Amino acid sequence: MNKLELISALKTEANISKSEAAKVVQIFFDSMADALAKGERVEIRGLCSFYVKEYKSYTGRNPKTGDKVQIKPKKLPFFKAGKELKERVDL
Amino acid sequence: MTLTKSQMVDIFTDKLDLSRKKCADILETLLETIKHSLENEKDVLISGYGKFCIKKKNARRGRNPATGDDMILDKRKVVAFRCSHLLREKINRL
Repeated sequence: MNKLELISALKTEANISKSEAAKVVQIFFDSMADALAKGERVEIRGLCSFYVKEYKSYTGRNPKTGDKVQIKPKKLPFFKAGKELKERVDL
Repeated sequence: MTLTKSQMVDIFTDKLDLSRKKCADILETLLETIKHSLENEKDVLISGYGKFCIKKKNARRGRNPATGDDMILDKRKVVAFRCSHLLREKINRL
C-alpha cells in the first residue's frame, strides 16, 4: 500500500473528502519527521515509537573492494513496533 | 519532548477546519488503516518518510537464558521500518 492507496482507504473509512484525507496523511508523517528532525521522540500508542539514535564516526570497509573508509557520525531514526501492532501482525 | 497521539490530535485540530473530536476519530481511523494493511502482510510505503514492511523470521533453536534449557522459537512475523533518504537527510541536517 503506498501513500495514495492509504489516502483513498482513509477517505472511505473516515468518510471524508479525498483532499482532507490527503492533508491528514501528509500532516501525520510530516509532524513525525519534524519531531525527529528536532531530535524529539515520537510515540503513537498501538502503532509504533521512534527515537533518533546517534552513531559515532567509525572506520568501515567497502565490502566490494575491502578499502578502508571513514564513516562520518550520523543520526538514524530507530523504530519500535507498538504492542498492539506486534500482536496483530504475528498471529 | 515526545510527540504523542494527543499532540498529534492538537496538530490536526490546528491545521484542519474540524473539531478536536473529529480529528481524534480521523487519527484513529488512519492508525487502524495502517495496522490493518500490515496485519494482512501488505507493506505500507510512504514516499518521503519510509516504508513499514513485514519480515518473516524462521523458527530457530534458542535457549532460555535464565534456566539454560534448549527450546524452539517458533517462526514469527515482525514489522520493520526502512527510513527514506529524504527523512534521513532531514534528521542529519543542522
